[in-house]
Amino acid sequence: MMFDRRLVINFDWVLLITVCCLAGLGIVNLYSATAGWAELSTPFYLKQAIWFGGGVFLALLICCFDYRHLEHFSIPAYLLTLGMLLFVLLLGKTSMGATRWINLGFFNLQPSEITKLVIILLLARIFGRTALPDGYSLRNLWLPALLLACPFVLIVKQPDLGTALLVIFIAATMLLFAGLQRNTLVFLGLTAFMAACGGWFMLRNYQKARVMTFLNPEADPLGSGYHIIQSKIAVGSGGFWGKGFMAGTQSQLSFLPERHTDFAFSVFAEEWGFSGSLLLLLGYLFLVVWGIYVARRAADRFGMFLAIGVTAMIFWHILVNLGMVIGLMPVVGVPLPLFSYGGTSMITTMIGVGLLMNVSMRRFMF
Amino acid sequence: MGLNTRWIELPVVHKRLLLFSVAAAAFFLLLALRLWYLQIISYDRYTERSMRNRTRVLSLAAPRGPIYDRNGVLLVDNRPSFTISVMRQDVDDLELLLAKLSELLEIDIASLKERWTKGSRFPIYRPVPMALDVSREVMERVTEHSTDLPGVLVEVFPVREYLEKGSEAHLVGYLGEVTEDELSQNLFEGLQPGDYVGKLALEKAYESYLRGQKGQRLVEVDVKGKLLKQLEVDPAQPGNKIFLTISRDVQRAADQAFGDQAGAAIALDVRTGGVLAILSRPTFDPSLFVHGIESEDWSELLADSRHPLQNKALSGLYSPASTFKMVVALAALREGIERSQRVIDCDGSFTLAEARFRCWKKDGHGKTDLKKALRESCDVWFYQVGLELGIDKLEVAAREFGLGAPVGFPLAGEKSGIIPSRSWKRQRFNKPWYGGETVIAAIGQGYVLVTPIQLAVMTATLASHGDVLQPQIIQRIEDWNGTVLQENSPKLIRHLDFPAEAWRAIDKGLVAAVNEPHGTGSAARLADVIIAGKTGTSQVVRRKSDEEELGEQQEVPYRFRSHALFVAYAPADNPEIAVAVVVEHGQHGGSAAGPIAKAMFESYFKGQQQSVATVLDEGG
Repeated sequence: MMFDRRLVINFDWVLLITVCCLAGLGIVNLYSATAGWAELSTPFYLKQAIWFGGGVFLALLICCFDYRHLEHFSIPAYLLTLGMLLFVLLLGKTSMGATRWINLGFFNLQPSEITKLVIILLLARIFGRTALPDGYSLRNLWLPALLLACPFVLIVKQPDLGTALLVIFIAATMLLFAGLQRNTLVFLGLTAFMAACGGWFMLRNYQKARVMTFLNPEADPLGSGYHIIQSKIAVGSGGFWGKGFMAGTQSQLSFLPERHTDFAFSVFAEEWGFSGSLLLLLGYLFLVVWGIYVARRAADRFGMFLAIGVTAMIFWHILVNLGMVIGLMPVVGVPLPLFSYGGTSMITTMIGVGLLMNVSMRRFMF
Repeated sequence: MGLNTRWIELPVVHKRLLLFSVAAAAFFLLLALRLWYLQIISYDRYTERSMRNRTRVLSLAAPRGPIYDRNGVLLVDNRPSFTISVMRQDVDDLELLLAKLSELLEIDIASLKERWTKGSRFPIYRPVPMALDVSREVMERVTEHSTDLPGVLVEVFPVREYLEKGSEAHLVGYLGEVTEDELSQNLFEGLQPGDYVGKLALEKAYESYLRGQKGQRLVEVDVKGKLLKQLEVDPAQPGNKIFLTISRDVQRAADQAFGDQAGAAIALDVRTGGVLAILSRPTFDPSLFVHGIESEDWSELLADSRHPLQNKALSGLYSPASTFKMVVALAALREGIERSQRVIDCDGSFTLAEARFRCWKKDGHGKTDLKKALRESCDVWFYQVGLELGIDKLEVAAREFGLGAPVGFPLAGEKSGIIPSRSWKRQRFNKPWYGGETVIAAIGQGYVLVTPIQLAVMTATLASHGDVLQPQIIQRIEDWNGTVLQENSPKLIRHLDFPAEAWRAIDKGLVAAVNEPHGTGSAARLADVIIAGKTGTSQVVRRKSDEEELGEQQEVPYRFRSHALFVAYAPADNPEIAVAVVVEHGQHGGSAAGPIAKAMFESYFKGQQQSVATVLDEGG
């Protein structure tokens, strides 16, 4: 592996700094969110900082080799992931009614998280190789559809509907970007709509409850509506300037559940108000737009699709999480990238960031 | 590196990327708008809900207003009551704590557990009371061990303390838990179940003045209801101070003089209508009601045949007997003053048609004029004069003195009594009035029934030569800063127009009754103050044959004995105080009721002398 001088010159500092700022805010927010908690040997914010440090290291490591080599690994990686998903289904660690993890001793591996990245790699390879000027039609799509269906079904079985839907969203974004024939677009749109309606009957009770709760949280304020109501109270009572750092009553007095993970943004919105939230939103928008910018400048189609896929992954995580905590979407356990506490989410996001940086710094390589 | 074909930039791809950027921005705009809606537009609503989430209001008890006598002597006060409570959120080992508490409080573990379970229904930020109103020693013992007792705290509540144990239970009343019914009334707005309110007498009548205003403590709680800190305190406002017209000393004197007997005694300030003492016997201990009365005590009070719960001064109905004679005399003198010189020969009885009416003195009084008739309480004189006067004029005079109707006393429970008339009898029995009934009414027996407070007003009116004053119990009401909220001045209901000689004739007769030989009221005589008074003996049984059979009254069973009455005022030449005493089954007005009136006068005039002495001392 030769190291080109241009790699250093072209290193995407903007991306790294943006990510550091967002993660930094996330860690500060975690410090507040977990302030009243019993002393752990390592507090949550510190753990998160360590995860982030590891993530940055991993991202830099990914930058060291040319992303184009990844194209070769996409198929074995896909098969390995499928194997892991199967393994989870048969022998995985069960927690809170779902079987999602493989216990590696020091770390609980979550194959569904890896699936997102692997699907991005695989679709980037497929769409990168064939450029169709008129767009894709159903005839060209049976292979990607089949490759997507296998992990999707396995993830739904866990059950982890949130991740399964995210995988679909990511794939759909990449497909839209690859281009579709008009008829196919209409057909797929209708199919998606009907699938959504039909899927309602296949949802588990707790999942149905979440959707119903989203539609009318006040119907069950102490039960399934509790999360969403408390989160809205936290966000709404923040006002324009917020209640101040460490001074959010909803979060500090534990009215807000899951405040270090899925509802971390509610803590931020309560303590920093509309002004802070808007700033954070702009930061995330910048990250997404920058990801699209990286795709635009990519040296090849594979790199472009890789960048689009990673950006889509980050974008949909942000949208689903924020949509949930401010009551625009049903409660789906999706973390906010770089903000919610959790090693898996952090590592997945940082691998994606590493890939983005890799694509970005090699834009002039050919 | 040949796997990736070099990609030629296509305008369509760039367009698509721009489209994606715009789409992403649009989604973010949607999020931003939603945040705007929540944080700016709905800010107030969510702030209120967030406040409601985290704050709780605890009420602070307001001390009730104290009650003083006319000289500022405390009659009713509040004392701190120590309650040992447990804050559930701070308890680690319940079993251990209960065991320790059981030892310190000397309450068995089972009942402590019961209280704990009962208190577990409260929200967690409210302490669970384990022992109410413990002694100071127990409180100190618990405080000493506070380090071993996590979660235990001593709460201090103001509790009513009645300093004159029982002597003015009927006057002051007592407190009890507010009822559902009361809570729905305006007067009790802001109260909660479990709060105490006045249930009787002054405590009830002046509830709105005495209650004060509860304070509030705004505290912060977490999601489990655990109390974290105090945010705001709005201190309780103590109730207003009430100064009574009562003199504690006169009240005490009456109480002591009454001994074990049943009945009522009232002393009025002749010049103002202020009640100096008001007593009903037997009484009860209002402290029994402080924490809610035990059912045993309650049924005992109810079952007592001497009716300790009845305020006899206001609602006891008695024949005025000979104390009514002054009204008869005055009514007669209004018709013709020369009647005071009227001499009637009393031979021990009076005959009307077939019926024979006896004088209390079997052998008769001989030649008797008004003065002698009053002094020796000759019945025959009044039979004759009353009959000549007629029931109609007698009724008018009695009503002028306030008899037979409530006097409008500020405390509830007053009865009317009866002053009979022709129309009354027709209505009641559908029968005409008979002359014999006038004869009996003229000595205050028969249908005539009055309450002791009416007798007191009558006596004060005799003393003031015609001023019927509204009897009052409240001198003034002050708030905690000393601002006077209410001050009562004497209220003249009406002035009675009788000839001056008539008043003087009554004065002379009553002075003679107390101070001259053969006077019936000599038991009330004082060495240095001239008292004017009249005895009365009100028969409980009409069966004369029985009475005769029983002979001398010593052996008469208690419930058949006559009621003893005595009304008096002093000093006779310039009256300040008027007294009415009824001793149930006391037999003789002079011997049973007289000494009680004497004790009240003594106490009153001793107080006067003392204050005069103080003034002289200060002057010299």
